[in-house]
Amino acid sequence: MNVFINQVAVATPGLHNWEVAKNVFNSNTPFEPAPLEKYKPQLLPPNERRRATSLVRLAFQVCEAIADHTDNNLGQTQTVFASSGGDYQIIDQICRALCKPERMVSPTQFHNSVHNSAAGYWGIATHSPAPSTSISSHDFSFAAGLLEAAAITCSENSDTLLVVYDTQPPEPIIFKRPITLPFATALLFSPTQCDNTIAKVELSLSPEKNDPTPCKHPEVELLRSQNPAARSLPLLESLATLQQGSHQIIKLAMMGEQTLALHCEKL
Amino acid sequence: MTPLKITDYTLTTALGRGKQENINALQQGKTGLSPCHFYDIKDLNTWVGEVNEVESTELPTHLRAFTCRNNQLSALTLSQDHFAHRVQEKISQYGSHRIGVFIGTSTSGIHDTEKAYLENENNGVSLPEWYNYSGSHNIYSCAEFIRQYFALNGYSTAISTACSSSAKVFASAERAIASGLCDAAIVGGVDTLCLTTLYGFNALQVVSPDICKPSNLNRLGINIGEAAGFAFIEPATEDDDGFGVLGYGESSDAYHMSTPHPEGKGAALAMQKALNKAQLSAADIDYINLHGTGTPANDLSESKAIVSVFGSQTPCSSTKGWTGHTLGAAGIIEALFSLFTLENQWIPASLNTDNIDPDIMANINTLSRDTRVQYTLSNSFGFGGSNCSLVLGAVNR
Repeated sequence: MNVFINQVAVATPGLHNWEVAKNVFNSNTPFEPAPLEKYKPQLLPPNERRRATSLVRLAFQVCEAIADHTDNNLGQTQTVFASSGGDYQIIDQICRALCKPERMVSPTQFHNSVHNSAAGYWGIATHSPAPSTSISSHDFSFAAGLLEAAAITCSENSDTLLVVYDTQPPEPIIFKRPITLPFATALLFSPTQCDNTIAKVELSLSPEKNDPTPCKHPEVELLRSQNPAARSLPLLESLATLQQGSHQIIKLAMMGEQTLALHCEKL
Repeated sequence: MTPLKITDYTLTTALGRGKQENINALQQGKTGLSPCHFYDIKDLNTWVGEVNEVESTELPTHLRAFTCRNNQLSALTLSQDHFAHRVQEKISQYGSHRIGVFIGTSTSGIHDTEKAYLENENNGVSLPEWYNYSGSHNIYSCAEFIRQYFALNGYSTAISTACSSSAKVFASAERAIASGLCDAAIVGGVDTLCLTTLYGFNALQVVSPDICKPSNLNRLGINIGEAAGFAFIEPATEDDDGFGVLGYGESSDAYHMSTPHPEGKGAALAMQKALNKAQLSAADIDYINLHGTGTPANDLSESKAIVSVFGSQTPCSSTKGWTGHTLGAAGIIEALFSLFTLENQWIPASLNTDNIDPDIMANINTLSRDTRVQYTLSNSFGFGGSNCSLVLGAVNR
């Protein structure tokens, strides 16, 4: 499958947005992992914004960064939201409430607990009737998200927005699911080359195990294993650092004994 | 699109285990719903569609890490209707790396997390030793369990869009096959009873104290059910007989997180797109299996959507009066019930519906009957405004 990447966004401590990330990857600025500030979604009506959880805000930080830099009508763009675990904080709060004798679950927390909460809010924010899929493939959710989004882009010949995000679970779940930093990225794909195309990516899935490609930047490489969404970093580094016309093959681990190879060509 | 033939399938609902027990209960008009006695619940006055003896099911030794109610219901289901055996034959045909796995769920094995928190309540810090988050509660656990159960080495993912999850598995699988990611797929859906959905829907005031009465005047809401359903699907060839999925349509409401669009705008779009994909017109559809949850808002908006696309003649019914609302499993269970209507040339009534809401203008079928069924449509709508409709029929027309 071949897709074209037209926009990129990222949000994690030290790579607050794509401009900062490009500078860090190219060693123009040092990597300084300051915490992310609480993001205030601009496209949500105030009543929905109040209900948006920190996970939804994290997803919105990268979605709205894409919206700010594209002429595409995101109100007609299909979306794939990939998150390994969804909203751990909401799950924690619901499970705590269920321990109390009266078992009073908050109705807002309950509707925020669905795995497709960010997708639902994004649909409301963009008034979009376009289809949206929310998936999880545990630690391989970034690679699975790429395949899901590429399959839509190719088989339906349409632009697709991929959003990949995970946040740290609170105690005590974090002891069973150690994700130690928030991370989100978004990529806007098209089936053909456009004026603003950054790179062409050929995806191929093979039934052999390979070592995944690490990041070249030593400090950023340390983030890669700390959040399933951070498995995207080698691709982001490639998009930031490749010279026009040059290539790189990035290997991502998949479930079982599989590898997803991304043949990335900077355009 | 190339029709997707449903080569084999199996299911477990509150109606029973496997195809025959389910079709028998449907044809006899016998509900699977009963007053709620799930777990230790004493303060919820409602009915549920519970499957008996789920937690006495043992998983294969090498898959014990996946033990939880959700995967136990899957394991129980896979042992029925020679499904696992037939899938093994298909694996020899296609190769273990060419079969994809697409499983829908809304809450996966969350009941394990609920139990772990209850145990943890007194010590406050750590969760119990036995609790395995990734094997149980994680959304992907249900898909990884299926992948490892069949020792597959291909693409697999869990789709979690609330109550449309396991209708959308057909869409994702179709695209994966069309783009060469896999040659065939195991699709499925599984959701099991848990405190989160029972008390959560109760907090939203949509849990009915009475047995679920879809489309009825003064209907009081949903009964939550549990179920698992699996199908093996492959692209139909020219000389294939049998039935399958001919089209799917997906849309977003972009309206509210937990309330459907009042005019059913997103639902109508999903139905129209499914018809377009199947290259059929509204008049070709002989039966519609409604999402039909039994809440005042859902049933009315779905009826408006149906009238806008089909008019008010096409027979419709909800099967949630039999099974309850099986949430993330509802999409595939009701697709399989739609398949029953094709295989048996028979359509079900809207069980428990004895006084149709006069505001519901869709043609609610109140009497199960033999009739000609060439094409059917099945609706699934979820929180977050996620809509998916499927069109089923003979793969060669």
